[in-house]
Order: sequence, then C-alpha cells, then structure tokens
Amino acid sequence: MSIVTTLELLPLLGALLLAVIPKQNALLAKRVALATSVVVLAVAGLMAYRFDNSNPAMQFVESRKWIASFGVNYAVGIDGIALVLILMSAFLVPVVILAGWHESENGKWSAKTFYILILTLETMMIGVFAATDVFLFYVIFEAMLIPVYFLIGGYGRGERAAAAMKFLLYSLFGGLLMLAAIIGIYVIAGNQIGHTFDIAQLSTLHIDSWTQDFLFLGFFIAFAIKAPLWPFHTWLPTAAKSATPGTSILLLGVLDKVGTYGMIRFCITLFPQASKTFTPIIIVLALISILYGAFLAIGQREINGLIAFTSISHFGFITLGIFAMTSQGLSGATLYMVNHGFSTGALFLAAGWMVSRRGSSKIEDFGGLQRVTPVLAWTFFLAGMSALALPGLSSFVSEFLVLVGTFTRYPVAAIVGTTGIVLAALYVLIVVQKSLHGPTTEGNESLKDLNLREKIAMAPVIAILVIFGFFPKPLLDTINPASQQVMSHAGVTDPAPKAGK
Amino acid sequence: MTTSSNLVYLIALPLVSSALLILLGRKADKWGHLLATLVSATAFGIGVMEFLAMHTRTGAARAATQHLFSWISVGSFNVDASLLLDQLSICFVLLITGVGTLIHIYSIAYMSHDRDRRRFFAYLNLFIAAMLLLVLGDSYLNLYVGWEGVGLASYLLIGFWNQKPTYATAAKKAFVANRVGDVGLSLAIMIAFAQFGTVTFEGVKAGVPHASGAAITAIGAMLLLAAAGKSAQFPLQSWLGDAMAGPTPVSALIHAATMVTAGVYLITRSNYIFDASSTARLLVVIVGGITLIFGALIGTAKDDIKKALAASTMSQIGYMILASGLGPVGYAIAIMHLLTHGFFKAGMFLGAGSVMHGMDDEVNMRRFGGIGKLMPITFATFGLGYLAIIGVPPFAGFYSKDKIIEIAFNAGGTKGWILGGATLLGAAITAFYMTRLVVMTFTGSKRWDEKAHPHESPILMWLPMAVLAIGSVASGFFFNSGNSLVNWLAPVLNSRGVEGGAELMKPIVVSGLALAAVVIGVGIALTKYRSNVPIEAPEDVTIFTKLARKDLLQDSFNEAVLMRPGQKLTAGLVKTDTNVIDGLVRLVGAIFIGSATALRRIQNGYVRSYALIMVLGALALIAMIWVVTL
Repeated sequence: MSIVTTLELLPLLGALLLAVIPKQNALLAKRVALATSVVVLAVAGLMAYRFDNSNPAMQFVESRKWIASFGVNYAVGIDGIALVLILMSAFLVPVVILAGWHESENGKWSAKTFYILILTLETMMIGVFAATDVFLFYVIFEAMLIPVYFLIGGYGRGERAAAAMKFLLYSLFGGLLMLAAIIGIYVIAGNQIGHTFDIAQLSTLHIDSWTQDFLFLGFFIAFAIKAPLWPFHTWLPTAAKSATPGTSILLLGVLDKVGTYGMIRFCITLFPQASKTFTPIIIVLALISILYGAFLAIGQREINGLIAFTSISHFGFITLGIFAMTSQGLSGATLYMVNHGFSTGALFLAAGWMVSRRGSSKIEDFGGLQRVTPVLAWTFFLAGMSALALPGLSSFVSEFLVLVGTFTRYPVAAIVGTTGIVLAALYVLIVVQKSLHGPTTEGNESLKDLNLREKIAMAPVIAILVIFGFFPKPLLDTINPASQQVMSHAGVTDPAPKAGK
Repeated sequence: MTTSSNLVYLIALPLVSSALLILLGRKADKWGHLLATLVSATAFGIGVMEFLAMHTRTGAARAATQHLFSWISVGSFNVDASLLLDQLSICFVLLITGVGTLIHIYSIAYMSHDRDRRRFFAYLNLFIAAMLLLVLGDSYLNLYVGWEGVGLASYLLIGFWNQKPTYATAAKKAFVANRVGDVGLSLAIMIAFAQFGTVTFEGVKAGVPHASGAAITAIGAMLLLAAAGKSAQFPLQSWLGDAMAGPTPVSALIHAATMVTAGVYLITRSNYIFDASSTARLLVVIVGGITLIFGALIGTAKDDIKKALAASTMSQIGYMILASGLGPVGYAIAIMHLLTHGFFKAGMFLGAGSVMHGMDDEVNMRRFGGIGKLMPITFATFGLGYLAIIGVPPFAGFYSKDKIIEIAFNAGGTKGWILGGATLLGAAITAFYMTRLVVMTFTGSKRWDEKAHPHESPILMWLPMAVLAIGSVASGFFFNSGNSLVNWLAPVLNSRGVEGGAELMKPIVVSGLALAAVVIGVGIALTKYRSNVPIEAPEDVTIFTKLARKDLLQDSFNEAVLMRPGQKLTAGLVKTDTNVIDGLVRLVGAIFIGSATALRRIQNGYVRSYALIMVLGALALIAMIWVVTL
C-alpha cells in the first residue's frame, strides 16, 4: 500500500473512532480530531521527506481495479505540485481545529459530527490531489461538496442554509459540465486506446480541435466556478460570510485550489491545443478577477466578505500564472496556491477571533484594537501584509514569479496585473486602519487578547509566511520539475531573453 | 571583487533586535531603547571598519561581495540573496548607520515619556535593517525587499501615534503612494528580466549594449516612477507633508536624511541605464526640476515648522534627482548633495524637534518667536544647518548645490538655460523660506502664551544636533577637496571616465549668481518677517500664497481625479455585483425552478431529500456511462 493511501485512510480512521465515542463528550472528540490531524501531518511530512525532487514522474503510485467493466481504477500518485498542496492541506487542518476550538459548539449538530465532517473532508482533500484517475478525481471532487455543505449549513452563521445551498448548486452545475466532458473523453479513449480514465494515457489521445474545445470548456468552467474566477464568483462571498472561520479556511484555502490545480492537471495536460486557443479569453477573465476582486474588497463593509473578495483577486493571479505557460508562471502559480492557503488562513483566523470577540463582523464595529488587543492586532496586520504580498513574506515570491512569468510572454497582461498591487495596498490598509487604528470604538474596551491556545495555532502559520519568504527554495525545488513536465507535455518553452549577448 | 563575511551582520543585527523588541513586548520596556541604540552603533562600527578596509584596497578589489543563499530559482529566473558593498553603497551605509545612531541617541530622550518607546525603537531598528538591505542588495529584486521594508517601517512610524485618525490616514497615504512607485520598480525588474534574463546590477549593466533603445528607456522611465514614489517627487510627492505626523526623529532620519533619498540611490545605481537613454535622462531632469520648484514654493507658505522642512526636503531631493539626470557628470554630485543634505536637514529636523520638545509639541511658527535666546544650542546648531542649506560658503550646501547649478547650466543649449535658471530660482526661494523659518522661530518677539516654558533640551538631544552641525559645516569642504568624493565614486558611477562638457560660465560666476540669488531671498524674507508676525495667518493674501498653503492643490487634484472617481467606481461595482451578476445567477436559478413547477414539491428545503436526489442523480449518470460503453 502506497504511503498516499495510508495518508488518505488516516483521517477516515479518526472519523470512525469519533463515531463510536459518546456525543456528550465534546472535549474528547476535539482531542481525538486534533491528534488525528497531527498524525496525518507527521505522515505527510514523512512522505515529503521520502519524495525525490529529481524525479519528475508521479511517485508513490498505486493502482487497483475499482469498476473493472468501465476501466475505473483507484489510482493515486503525486508529483511536486500535488505534494505541496497535500502538505498545505495537512498543515491547515490541525491549525483549524486548534484555532477554532469552540467553533463546533453553536451548530445544529454535535461537536462530534463537526469533527467527523472535518476529518472526512481531509481524506477527500488528500485524495483529490493524489488521484491519477479522472473518474476517481471526479467522484471525490463532487463528494467533497457534502461535508462542506453540512459544515456551512449546520455550523455557520446568519443565513447559513441559503449560503450552503447556493454553494452546492453552483458546484453541482460545474460538476455536471465536467462529467459530460469526462464521458466525452472516455468515449474517445474507447475508440483509440481502449476504455480508461488514467490521466497519463488520456493525455496521449489525438482529439480534433473542435472536440477538444468543448471538452476543455467542460473542465474549465467547473474549475472556474470552483476557483472561482469572475463572473462565476458570487457564491464565494456568501459562503465565506456564513461559514465558520475554520470552514472558510478549508474552503478558500484548500477546496478552491482544486479548481486551479485542475486547470494544470486536466485542462492543460489533457487539452494542450484547446488551452492555447482559450488562453486570451482566460487571461482577460483572470485580469478582470484581479482588479474586480480588489475593487469589491475595497467596497466591503463586512470583514469576511472582504477576505473572500481578496481571494477572488488572488485566484486571478493564480490563473494568470497558469495560462502564461512559462516556468515562472506555472511554478509561481503553484507556490501562490500554497501561500494563499496560509495567508488567507491567517486572515480568516485573526478575523474570526475578532468577530467572535466582538459579536459582529461589520468592519465599522471595530477600531483601535491595537491598544486593546495588541497581539491579535499584530497577527491581523501581518496577515494583511501577506495578502498585499509584502517582499520578505512568502506571498511576494509567488506573486512576483507569476507577474514576471506572465511578462515574458504577455507583457500587457502583466502590466495590468501589476496595477493590482496598488489596489491590494488599499484593501488591506483601509481595513487595518478602520479596525486597528484610531480611538477604541465603544464596546471594544474590554476585548480579550489572544490566549495561549490561539497563539499556538497562529504561530506556525506566521512562521511559515516569514520563513518561505526568505527560503522558498525547498518548495520551488519540489514544484519546478512538475511544472517543467507540464510545459514539455504542452509543447511550450520559456521565451528567451530579448537582448541576446 | 573581494569577498567579505561581515556584510550580513549589518542587516541581521538590527533585524534580530527589532524582532526581539516586538516579540518580547512590555518585558523589554526597560532596556529596549538601549539595545536598539547599541545595535545601531555596532552597525556603524562595522561600516567604519569596512570603509577603512575598502580604502586600503585598490581598483576592482575595492568592491566586496557576500553570497548568502539561493533565494528564488525557477527556470532561468535565478535570484541569489547576495550583498554588494562598493564605493557607492559604503557612502549610504555610513550615512544610514551614522545618522541613524545619532537619532537613536536623540530619541532616547525625545521619546522618554512615551509609553511605547520600546516599540518605537523596534521600528527604528527595522528601518535600519531594511535600508541597509536596500543599499547592499546586489540585484534589483534584493533591493526591492529593502525598498518595501523601509516603506513598511515608514508606514509604522508615520502612524506611530495612529490613535489619532489623521495620523493613521497619513501613514496609509504614504504607503499607497509608494505602492504606485512600486508598480514602476516591479515593471522595471520584469522588463530587465525579459530583456537580459537576469536582474542583478552586474548582469543588467553587461546586457545594456545589446538591448533596444526603447527597452532601455522603458526601464529608465519605470525606475524613475519608483524613485518618484519613494523620494516624494512629482507627481507622487503629496504624501511627504502628511508624513510629518510621525515623531520628529523619524522625520529627521527617514523623511529627510535616508529613506526619501532612496530614489536618488536607485537612479545613480542604475547609471548604465540612464547613460544609454537620453529620453530617460530628460524625464529625470524634468521631474527633478518641477519638484525642486514645487517643493520650494510650498515651503514659502507653511506655518508648521515640520511641514516647511518637509517641503524643503522635497525640493532638495528635486535638486539631487535633477543632478542624477545629467548623466555621468551628475551622479556623484547628486550623491554629494544627498550626503550634505543628510547632515544639515537631519540636524534641522532634530532642532525642530528640540523646539517642539520645549514648546509642548507646538509646531506653528506663528506661535514661536524669540526662542533662540532660551535655546542657544538648538539655535546655534540649527543656524549652522540653515547656513548650509541656503548655500553660504564654506558651509556644506554651498559646495554641493553650487555644483548642481553649475552642471545644470553646462547641460547646454536651451535645456541648460532652463535647468540652470530653475536651480538658481530654487536657490533664491530656498533662501527665502529658510530665512522665514529661522526668523519666525528663533528671533523677534515671543508670540507663545505663558503656559509654554521653552528650555534647552538635555544633552542626549543636543549632542546629536551638535555632531550633525559639524557635518553641516565641514562635510562639503571635505567631499570637495581634491574632488575626493567624485573620484571615489567614479569606478561605480562613471566607469567610462566621461568628462564634463564645455563650461557655459566659469564656476566663480555661477557661485556669484547663486550667492546673489541667496542674498535676494534672504533680503526679502528679512524685510517681511523680521518684525510683527501675526499670530493668526492673515487671510488677505495673494492667490499664490493661498495656493502654496494648500500645497499647490496636490491633494485636491488627487481627490478629484483619483479618489472620488475610485470611490464611485467601487460603490458602483459593489452594486453591480449584487444586482447584476448575482442577479443573473438567481434569475437562471429561478427560471429552472419556475419552469419545472412539477418539481416544486421536492424543493422542500430538507437536506435529506436533496442528498437523496444527489445519490439518484449520480446513479443515473453511472448508468448513462454504462449505456454509452455497451
């Protein structure tokens, strides 16, 4: 059994354990969930240690027949891109559990159910990045909606049921388009090489450009809703406003990355020709997302809505980097996915603590927190600096790589995208000023600063933002061979420097 | 090239100290300021040692490098964390750590009553670390990290008292204006990489002869945009006046002596770019020329002593930018003025701080008057800085500013006359507003009320002022004797050994003209302000005074052209998003639901029935695949 499969099964095992403990013992449920997620992180670390950066092929592969008559396999394996995303997911789950120790207490159902959902979701998060069989990927892609639906609908705030439904319907719509495309490519495979869902084999098919365009769109729209890209984004702010901070982190930090990850793994790998055809349109959508998301973030009055729109802007950067199809663009976009997980994670954590202390998520209800809760204020400020990609923090490395990688092929797009950094300064500094600076707003005088548990949950995230700002090399060395592989498969090379020597 | 292993400590020591002071929080309150000052002094010590060592080396061996680690490496984009200490960067290292240490010492006393003194020193150390990285990085991307680092420190220090909403707004404004400049720096780096496949200074320099003129001009223009943001040059100048919200030592160190001059560093460091593009150079002198007049005009009408000095800083940096746009003859002169300005302007800001310290933080010069007698040391040190900035021989500014006026005239043709005229006019206005400032503050009758008790500041404050005053007196002579600074910098800034063009006028004539301009400026100010300064600013003034008081409408312009349309756009987009885009989505949903009235019964809101439908749907799809593959 591959270590990947072990990693997938571990959270599920934890969930099963949770299922047998009594409902009343919430504390035990929390401890079991936390312990499980820490073990998963340790095993993920072991997997990363054993991963060979010099080998660009899929590693730790395992393939078992699942539905033999359809050629469906349980097939998993990881390359550098999948590895860093799995690591990020495994890191965020214990952080989320520890940071939101009381998140499960205001739900429709018990704490136990909350953690069963979280751990089940973790299994799927690992599985979705590790799947090398399109059908397996699709099943997990759709199945992930279920725990998230219940996490929002059962434990969220405000109009949680409506938000959960909106999220579900949007995603199902995208999923259906992808399913149609999967059936299509499956039929084509049947005619050319026999029935299979294996990505590597499917990527060798010869598909005429007309069909490729349609199949590409089926996948792309599903991923563009997931990521989400403008104009498929309206579900995200609604969901982020209603979900608990922990759910928001997993939703925006990990699940949305399945969209951008899918663009690399499926859209470009399976349909390189169609990818090139649609690149101009996609780049325009990405640029609109960058600027539109930033403007909307500036205009938000609700802190979680603001974070959601900054993410839409960031997903624009990621998509831009992917479709620039240069080494820097692709590796930068992948690194961006990882950094965004931590950066937005930190923002949601700090904002979540602010909201739960104040009992309001309106930005105008905060003010002067720097005097009252200095540690919380610092964490929010640093998370904000990461969101605006301050050099020295990890998000700068990825944002700059995306822009420089885009510039070498599409200079105008890079110039437009770069103006986004001014808007980023605005959306971060406006909320920082309104919530942290100025005189202390009435009703906030006695808010409590972070306690030890919260500090322990936040410290590793901040540490990662700083450390990978200066030493991104381990991550980049892992990602680079995989993005080279994607580029060589798509038949593109980096533009050469214009001023030859 | 020599390799050195000490350079990293210049940056690491203040960085670690800063992090320590922030992380330890109140526990470090007792000794935080001492540690920070010690660290800054140690960095100065390292700088001096490195300078002495560099002095003993000759030729190409003078520059020292230190490779730290590989920072970013993707495809052909390889950027190392590497440091470069050459003849240019050592000037900055000594200025930053030298003036920096003096200001640390000054701040111990100046901030002694502030509950957050430790935090203040943490930010000061952060600034020192970032500024040193800015001048020591060996590539544009390394420079960028320091560039934003000083921006962050500046933001934190402008907003140090951000409980006051206007101060918080000032900090934000500075950061955002700088970000506009950062767009320029980012794009310059991108163009450089697309052209040369590298972003190190050395690599770009080597590639310049192979690149197209358009590309070089584009890089130059983008670097100029970056410089305009950081150095408060037209059209990104409007943040500097508001930045005076920060504690006065910050204004002296960051917003006068060091950070705001980073744009001059960027342009002189990129001399190979500007040497290769006359268009880029022209843009530089235009920006410098406009700003030097613009800042000087604002300075004539300000009653806030710090804002008057800030306008002066803007104007003086305009001189430096203008000089650096004049090519190989100008770069070293720009640096000379930067260094002399570092002494006299930092000294005068500290003097202003000293006055405020004795006057209950009053900044309005109309409420000063006659303070010189009560604060003799402050008056004396300030006076020496004053003589230096207006360019009275043999004080520091005389040497550096005269040189700029001289090479501006020598630029030749109409351009030479315009630039020379502008620098001469600037000198006259400088003499006017500085005389006005000194007269209103230190001489004449007292206009403060009885509650204020002006008194001389403690030794920790006046000692740094005295040291800077010595610099204001002697540094120009020192830099100029035997052309020592120009020769020292030549290997970096003028490696091809370009000589100045034909002299339009003999240097002695230029000096004569400049002195005449100074005398006129001083004379007008004396007649106007020596006696009876009204306590309230008079309203019946000319339209020009009104405009200058309003910073020549820079904020009104930005508000009308950028801010308000931006707010409208944002509000409009928010509405569009809810009503149009999400509205369309809801409409599509409604159509589906509405047309399928028969299915309405299952829209019952029960999660379990939705789940059931999902399972059924999935089964149907699997069945469909099965059918397709039969």
